[in-house]
Amino acid sequence: MSKPSDLVQGTLDLLILKILALQPLHGWALSQRLKQVSGEVLQVSDGSLYPALHKLEQQGWIQAEWKASENNRRAKFYSLTRLGRRHLEREAANWERISTAISGVMRLTEV
Amino acid sequence: MRLEHWVYTIPLRVRSLFHRNRLNSELDEELRNHIDSQIADNLSRGMGAEEARLSALRGFGNPLLLRDKTRATWSWSGMEQCARDLRIGLRTLRRSPGFAIMAILIMAIGIGANVAIFTVIRSLLLQPLPYRDPGRLVSLFEHQTRPVDAGYSNYLPVAAGSFAEWKKATPGVAQMAIISTWHQYNVSAEGGKLPEKVDAAWCSRNFFSVLSIATALGRLFTVDDDRRGAAAAVVLSGPLWRRRFNSDPGIVGKTIWLDAQPFTVIGVLPSWFVYEGKYGGRTDQLWTTANHEASSGFMASFEDRGFVAIARLLPGATLPRLVGQVSAVQSQIKIDHPEPSVSDGAQGRTMLDDTVLDYKTPLYVLFAATGCVLLIACLNVAGLLVARAAARSKELAIRAALGGGRLRLLRERLTESLLVSAAGGALGLVLAWAALQWLMSARQDMNRVESIHMDGIVALFTVAATGLCALVSGTLSIFTSNGKQILAPLNESSRSHSGGRARAGLRKTLLVLEVGLTVVLLVGAGLLVRSYQRLRSADIGVPIDNVLTMHISLPEARYKKPEEWVAFFDELITRVRTVPGVEAAGLVSTAPGEGWGGNRMMSVVEHPPLPKGQGFDILARGADPGYFAAIQIPLLSGRSFTRDERLERAHVVILSRSAAKAMFPGEDPIGKHLHDDSDGGVSEVIGVVGDTRWYVTEPLHPMLYVPVYGNDYSVDTIVVRSSHDVESLATPIEKFIGQMDPDLPVSDVMTIRQATGKSTVDNQFDSILVLAFAVIALVLASTGLYGVLAYLVAQRTGEIGIRIALGAQRDQVLGLMLADGLRPALIGLLLGLVASAATTRFIRAMLYETQPFDLEIFAAVAGLLIASAALACLVPAWRASRLDPMQTLRTE
Repeated sequence: MSKPSDLVQGTLDLLILKILALQPLHGWALSQRLKQVSGEVLQVSDGSLYPALHKLEQQGWIQAEWKASENNRRAKFYSLTRLGRRHLEREAANWERISTAISGVMRLTEV
Repeated sequence: MRLEHWVYTIPLRVRSLFHRNRLNSELDEELRNHIDSQIADNLSRGMGAEEARLSALRGFGNPLLLRDKTRATWSWSGMEQCARDLRIGLRTLRRSPGFAIMAILIMAIGIGANVAIFTVIRSLLLQPLPYRDPGRLVSLFEHQTRPVDAGYSNYLPVAAGSFAEWKKATPGVAQMAIISTWHQYNVSAEGGKLPEKVDAAWCSRNFFSVLSIATALGRLFTVDDDRRGAAAAVVLSGPLWRRRFNSDPGIVGKTIWLDAQPFTVIGVLPSWFVYEGKYGGRTDQLWTTANHEASSGFMASFEDRGFVAIARLLPGATLPRLVGQVSAVQSQIKIDHPEPSVSDGAQGRTMLDDTVLDYKTPLYVLFAATGCVLLIACLNVAGLLVARAAARSKELAIRAALGGGRLRLLRERLTESLLVSAAGGALGLVLAWAALQWLMSARQDMNRVESIHMDGIVALFTVAATGLCALVSGTLSIFTSNGKQILAPLNESSRSHSGGRARAGLRKTLLVLEVGLTVVLLVGAGLLVRSYQRLRSADIGVPIDNVLTMHISLPEARYKKPEEWVAFFDELITRVRTVPGVEAAGLVSTAPGEGWGGNRMMSVVEHPPLPKGQGFDILARGADPGYFAAIQIPLLSGRSFTRDERLERAHVVILSRSAAKAMFPGEDPIGKHLHDDSDGGVSEVIGVVGDTRWYVTEPLHPMLYVPVYGNDYSVDTIVVRSSHDVESLATPIEKFIGQMDPDLPVSDVMTIRQATGKSTVDNQFDSILVLAFAVIALVLASTGLYGVLAYLVAQRTGEIGIRIALGAQRDQVLGLMLADGLRPALIGLLLGLVASAATTRFIRAMLYETQPFDLEIFAAVAGLLIASAALACLVPAWRASRLDPMQTLRTE
């Protein structure tokens, strides 16, 4: 199994923030969404979500709350804070800029 | 933005600090939920129960590792790890108490010695004097570009006449005052108290105001007090006021009797006040005015150097500028008054330097010695840590193999050395405190000794020293475990026969350094001790055993005429000779070793006249006819004084051997005449006696004796010789004196041995301390040596067993192991000897008749070191040679 490239790994935070921006989720649901939207491109183990989640929480970008889940079990739901929303906007714009630039370079044909 | 950030994170930080356990259990629950959800999901897709569980776990990753990683993102996790490291460190130390106690003790001695010396240096040398704006206070001295008074350095006291000129020339530069610290007064018996002799100073009226001192009671001197014929006024020290006058609040305005004259107490100084300088002052307890006490001739003299000048620099002035101006004035004085004893220059230094300069070199030398001890202690503890690491190498390797982070393992080691150092530092602080208490009670004679105290800076120094020790010993021990080798112990077979040799290499290097430093310390200590011994056995010219001296000075107010002095002393010495047990007794103005005692410029009448100012500078003493026999100064030729050579018939003189040689080279001095260049008197030389020293640490100076009866001597020292227990004679003699005059106190009662001991106490102190440090270093180095060799022997047990089984002789094994242990000692010895040869010149100033490169000392140190190294190595080497080969091979 090849490791996901560092570029993708570094964007894990961004992806988590983006998914949580749509709706608050608990860890397992988040991992399912992640797999769902990214297909098999992101080859990360389910568990590595948690260090990332806790780090984002410590930075104040997301907050957690224990609530009953859909199958009536207690689960820790993460949601975006206002701070996190602003951070996401900034990072998304950043990403947009960089990916446009890189795609531009990649599209160059030999002359 | 910033604020909002805090709003979100602070509650979390608080929670992660105080609810650590809840967070942990919540994290566990969260992770478990995830896996359970995944299993449920897998089951719903139709997997079997077991397969669903395994697949969920596989997809999740290592839950334990993930938990740790997640926890590492929490705040405070760094602190948590530190706490864990500390717990582990404490546990490992508790498991090996022998190592822990040893290491902590070593560190405590090293750190304690350094903290103590640092405290002394800081309190004595670095802290400003307790006066207002002390940085502007300076002391001024006269200076002879061509030294005449060989005994004193270039900082000579100041003549009052010269000082008056100095003061006139420097009004805008400094406020100046003078003080003469070396006087004494008899405080008369009153109110049932015994008469007492008290150290005192004469000072100019502005002395205290220059220092910015206010009285605790009453007032200070004014112009009206400080003139000839003024009402006699005295200022008391706080301690004297408390002790002698019971803290009488109404003391101001009362009359006390000093030298049988009435003085009015005008003020009491605050208790803490003390002025101390190169020429003393530490013990002074009362102050009188110079112009009132000294004769007007003395106060106008350019020759009688009776004072020390102090000055407070005015804004904008500097010490060099002041000294420059004063020097110019003094040179002009010399031009106007070319007499030989008029100085031709001036010197100055800050008052702080003046107070403590004598201790500077010894203290810094001691600091260097304790620094060496601390370094040795660090090396020793590093050695112990290396040995422990080596013993635990398999454990460490297994932990590394199981995924223990390399950094974690190293951090544990550092924590261990930090723990040892911290405990050592704490214990060291206690040791230092005890040492300082001892010092303050043992060395009351040291200037500023009462100002010694530990403060914040000292605490900071302790922490810094402790941290440095932890770092040095920790990193040194870490050097042994480089990453590639950490797993090597697992590769070695359990039957390792040469294992651990590489590790011992570093310990041997440490040992070489240790031994080297020890040798430097030993050489330094050896030189100081030898110098001290030479000093103690220095021949002051008379036998020092069983001779008692006691000091008496007659108050001029009651004994007005020289005839009365002569009559008193004559009767006194006659009575003393009748005391049972007294074998011989004599009178002298200043006994051998008691000090300078006054000099005269002499010339020979029978010789062609010398140019003005070129006479012989000879120390002068008054002696009674029985003095030479009593103190056993040999009469070399001629005769001693007779009883009737007194008063106006006292114009006879006895020369010391060196004086006779200097003034009458190749002639017989008996019957020749000497001319006293200062008072013009002429005396006949009647005898030559042996030389005596005026001060034990100072070189010999030519001396002459005149009859004590009739040469204006009102201050005398009684010299009593007995065949045994001379000190027991003090009380009966004092009783006789009390019968003759109950107001007359006797002072400085001590044997000549005690007196010389007193003047060598500095040297004794320094040499004993350095010796103690050197001995500690030697013990540390020896135990280090023992430890390394014992470790090597343990490592090589199998190899030795095989060697013996194959027929090696036991003494061969012994030699092999000895050589292994002695090699680092010998290399260290060589290095140390070279380093000593390079560094001992720094203590040249502290040595008396001892060369810094003393071959005997170097040889003795080398011998001592080899002997103790051999002793340290012998035990493990001998144990190796006694190994039972069968047993060692079996237990492997």
